[in-house]
Amino acid sequence: MNARRSYRWVLLAAAALGFAWLVSAQGLWSSALHAMFPAYDNVLVSRQTLSALVLQHLALVGLSSGLTIAVGVPLGIWVTRPSGRPLRGLLVASTDLGQTFPPVAVLALAMPVLGFGFWPTIVALLIYGLFPVVSSTIAGLDAVPPAVLESARGMGMGPVQVLWRVELPLAARVMVSGIRTSVSINIGTATVGAAIGTGGLGVPIIGGLAVQNMAYVIEGALPAALLAILADTALAQLEASLSVGDE
Amino acid sequence: MIRLEHVSKRYGDTLAIDDLTFEIPDGEVCVLIGPSGCGKTTTLRMINRLVEPSTGTITIDGRDIMSVPTEQLRRGFGYAIQSVGLFPHLTVADNIGVVPRLLGWDKERIAERAVSMLTLVGLDPAAYSGKYPRQLSGGEAQRVGVARALAADPPVLLMDEPFGAVDPLNRVRLQDEFVRLQRELHKTVIFVTHDIDEAVRLADRIAIMRDGRLQQFDTPEQLLDHPANKFVHDFIGADRALKRLVRVRVDSMMTDAARVVIGAGADAARMAAGSRRFTYVTSSDGRLEGWLDTDDLKDGVFAADAITRADPAEISVNAETSLRDALSRMLGLGFRSIAVTDDDCRLVGEVTLRGIEQAMAGSDEHVAPKVGEK
Repeated sequence: MNARRSYRWVLLAAAALGFAWLVSAQGLWSSALHAMFPAYDNVLVSRQTLSALVLQHLALVGLSSGLTIAVGVPLGIWVTRPSGRPLRGLLVASTDLGQTFPPVAVLALAMPVLGFGFWPTIVALLIYGLFPVVSSTIAGLDAVPPAVLESARGMGMGPVQVLWRVELPLAARVMVSGIRTSVSINIGTATVGAAIGTGGLGVPIIGGLAVQNMAYVIEGALPAALLAILADTALAQLEASLSVGDE
Repeated sequence: MIRLEHVSKRYGDTLAIDDLTFEIPDGEVCVLIGPSGCGKTTTLRMINRLVEPSTGTITIDGRDIMSVPTEQLRRGFGYAIQSVGLFPHLTVADNIGVVPRLLGWDKERIAERAVSMLTLVGLDPAAYSGKYPRQLSGGEAQRVGVARALAADPPVLLMDEPFGAVDPLNRVRLQDEFVRLQRELHKTVIFVTHDIDEAVRLADRIAIMRDGRLQQFDTPEQLLDHPANKFVHDFIGADRALKRLVRVRVDSMMTDAARVVIGAGADAARMAAGSRRFTYVTSSDGRLEGWLDTDDLKDGVFAADAITRADPAEISVNAETSLRDALSRMLGLGFRSIAVTDDDCRLVGEVTLRGIEQAMAGSDEHVAPKVGEK
């Protein structure tokens, strides 16, 4: 079982390397897109290489997803503790609302306060991605059997020990599935940041739509889609490896 | 010694526990019993402060439990509950090691302890240490639960229906093992159940509760013979006399059995039987082989085919069996007596229906010596 699992991680690492090679092969993209769209003079955005755009995108997604997890998981834990329980309904409702709010609208609202660029996009992505993380943290912790909690307490574990040694290990799998949803959504959604000058893979997409250049759109959309698939697969694998008590 | 003094617990307007006072001497099994909602589990949970009493005090060896930090207090008890509550993400060995780890034992000692605890509860350490709880049957999980409760060698065990989730056959087996363990370990045990048979089987003392109030706190014999009120009387049920037999072991009513060795003559067999019609047949080393009907004997000949051969395990009980189980075996086999054998299947005596009748009659007149009395 372990052998098969590490084999899968090796495959995944190979896929990631393949992706890195693909997005750095500027010439390959150029000739492929020229072949597809012979009528266009330009098929790749001129100011930045594709690999630079991918790196910007990764920074955007990494930071916003990191913040989403860093904020969402503790919030989810807190509202399942006695001290935070009264706020549970409010938190779930507001994160839910955060997700129903289109990120473009959040950007528009955040701009007057935070200005153009990187940070408004991070804030918009954070708000948008919080709901799956918070709700899966709560769901995972709720699913811990009461008898297990009672034993843990009855055997003399303090609240922190119960959380670290029992609740989080048992909830980990469900929590990671929420994080997975959030990150996958985030990779696609982060492209809207280009509208206010954040960079990333949204730059060729939005630029391509503006000048009606489909090759630009593909230059942005295809790597973003591949990235989302890669991240989703990696997190799915992490999720599977967290199965409790052997298959 | 655990002592509850005027302990009450109030939830809003309802009084869940109403002025409870009793004490449990060291090394005794105290069973808390009553219908659901009577407060037996709440009482147990107050002892390790999973529930805090509203008024009254609980002391252990004279020390108020409220003066001990909660976690430290709880680590001093063995705790086992009905749904077992094994940690699904930990192996059997790691589950058993939870409290020792909390107490800061070193790794080697914890591992050794897991092995000896598994052996103690009758599970092969090599086969079970690495298993996860979901790979265990109900009975195995309960055994691991008991092993985990015993792991840090606590003087006091708190058990909330620890055998509640297993089938009746396995439950009786677990109860027998519990009795065997307790004879060895002499823990102070507080045991919650709703099963009066289990209580009678296991308890040194029974606390019977109803609506948060203690109805009677007594030895099982006293409870069966002298129920304090109508509730206790009804709770025990109509088969008080039969339940009484659970407390009496076969060896206290055992008499000598008629026996003859295979190969002896017909006269020897008749002599052994005396006024009886049947005699047990043993091998030369005393192993029970079957029985013989003297009516089938022809003069002077010990016909081998006159012996009804049977598996000793099928037709005998051992000295530690309860009279009730012996009676049930007799009725099942259609016998008026049943052989008693030792661990090597050697015949040591017999118990007769008449003997059991006397034990039952004796209990009604309160003349039979009670188990535990000197």
